[in-house]
Amino acid sequence: MTLFLMALGMLLTTVVLLGLAGFLVFAERRVLGLLQNRHGPNRLGPFGIGQALADALKLMSKENFVPAFADPVLYRAAPVLVAFSALASFAVVPLDRGFSWAGDWNIGLLFILAMSSLNAYGVFLGGWASGSKFALLGAVRAVAQLVSYELPLGLALLAVVLLSGSLSLNGIVQAQWMPYIVLQPLGFVIFLIAGVAETHRLPFDLPEAESELVAGFNTEYGGMRFGYFFLGEYLGLTLIAVLAAALYLGGWHGPWLPGWIWMLIKTFAVIFIFFWLRASLPRPRYDQLMALGWKILLPLSLLNLLCTAFAAALWRLG
Amino acid sequence: MSAYRGLVQLGLGLWTTLRQIGRGASTVSYPEEALKLPPRWRGRPVLTRDPDGDERCVACQLCSAVCPTRCIELQAGEREDERRYPVSFRINFSRCIYCGFCEEACPTLAIQLLDAFAFSTEHHRDLIYEKEALLIDGTGKHPHYNFYRHAGVALHGKDKGQGSNESPPVNGRSNLP
Ligand code: SF4
Ligand code: SF4
Repeated sequence: MTLFLMALGMLLTTVVLLGLAGFLVFAERRVLGLLQNRHGPNRLGPFGIGQALADALKLMSKENFVPAFADPVLYRAAPVLVAFSALASFAVVPLDRGFSWAGDWNIGLLFILAMSSLNAYGVFLGGWASGSKFALLGAVRAVAQLVSYELPLGLALLAVVLLSGSLSLNGIVQAQWMPYIVLQPLGFVIFLIAGVAETHRLPFDLPEAESELVAGFNTEYGGMRFGYFFLGEYLGLTLIAVLAAALYLGGWHGPWLPGWIWMLIKTFAVIFIFFWLRASLPRPRYDQLMALGWKILLPLSLLNLLCTAFAAALWRLG
Repeated sequence: MSAYRGLVQLGLGLWTTLRQIGRGASTVSYPEEALKLPPRWRGRPVLTRDPDGDERCVACQLCSAVCPTRCIELQAGEREDERRYPVSFRINFSRCIYCGFCEEACPTLAIQLLDAFAFSTEHHRDLIYEKEALLIDGTGKHPHYNFYRHAGVALHGKDKGQGSNESPPVNGRSNLP
């Protein structure tokens, strides 16, 4: 019985998350419209919100097509891997005090990092299995980018772990007597930049740079397989936002309102930053991207970690 | 230094987009909102009438000759009072490119590109407009012009030189030295 209820709950969580991702696709277009003096989709339903549904239905009704030159197994597996890894990470994210699937898991943060590496596999395999040069170039870019930005991301997170003394997300949120953004402003900025790169969102969308690579690693994908990549991207974006909210912005802590509302407000604020970046900034060149990752963010995050460790040691002594 | 400049530029770019939030959209939701067409907008060509209500076209074929897509076709005829008029006038709007050359060529200001532009049909053949569909009951952009009042052409009931701003023709022989 318990097992059945758990399965039902997980199904519900998944559906809610997928719905959220679909909604974000729509919300992003509206926000972009707001920031760029235009409307965005506003035809179907109130505020045009039916557009999300229409897009989903369109993708689902398309033919499930495997090109003749693609590797059939990996081609099919890659999108699922991307969507799965993004979804699975949410298991350790708490929405409120004691409201999560595995928020207390003592390696929660590590699990998220592992899943994001798995996500990189999905992207790379998808591009490679497509057997097209654009997809391959996108995949190569994606791997290089994800590997080089995972380092500063991990190091920035390590500083948070140092401060809170816990790897579980519940523990980290509970340890925040004040939001860690105050103690870790540099860490927050590094986390955010690396997070944008990690989800290959604009301005760091070089793996799928439309103007150069058609659609990058998902060039050969269509229908719901493309939809999985799309969902994976938006779930990844939500994950980074929710992590930023939980790790740096104090999670469910906040006056007056219930915890989960605070969590949602903070998450959506970070998501808005993502959209805002997309509306404003041009895409850097690939060498600039790499230079930013290795020459600026990595040393900065190391510095941040060292300073945090030093301060923490002094705190212990004092 | 350059890093500092770059950060400032980044901030400026972000601020520029953020500032747009309160400004509303510059999109015109066309079918619901009316468009503001500029006065010299080139819409669909129509045939206009002169202030007296007679059709202006004198079937000179100039519009048909100048039309780059050859989409105007007409036949000339003559009325009882010796005015020329088009017996049939046909424009194929699936070929018209709204260049306005016909309007420029027309000596009587008959054909004019007015503001109608939104028309769509299922078949190409429905875009071939005949004279009844082209002729409007108005003067278009030139409310006062009447070709026959200025042209110096003799008509039934109006001799040469009897139009407005016209003087009667001089007697060629009387000018001889
Ligand atoms: S607008 Fe141009 S293309 Fe159209 S009928 Fe006149 S001359 Fe021909
Ligand atoms: S140029 Fe003017 S007057 Fe001549 S045929 Fe065309 S519409 Fe008629």
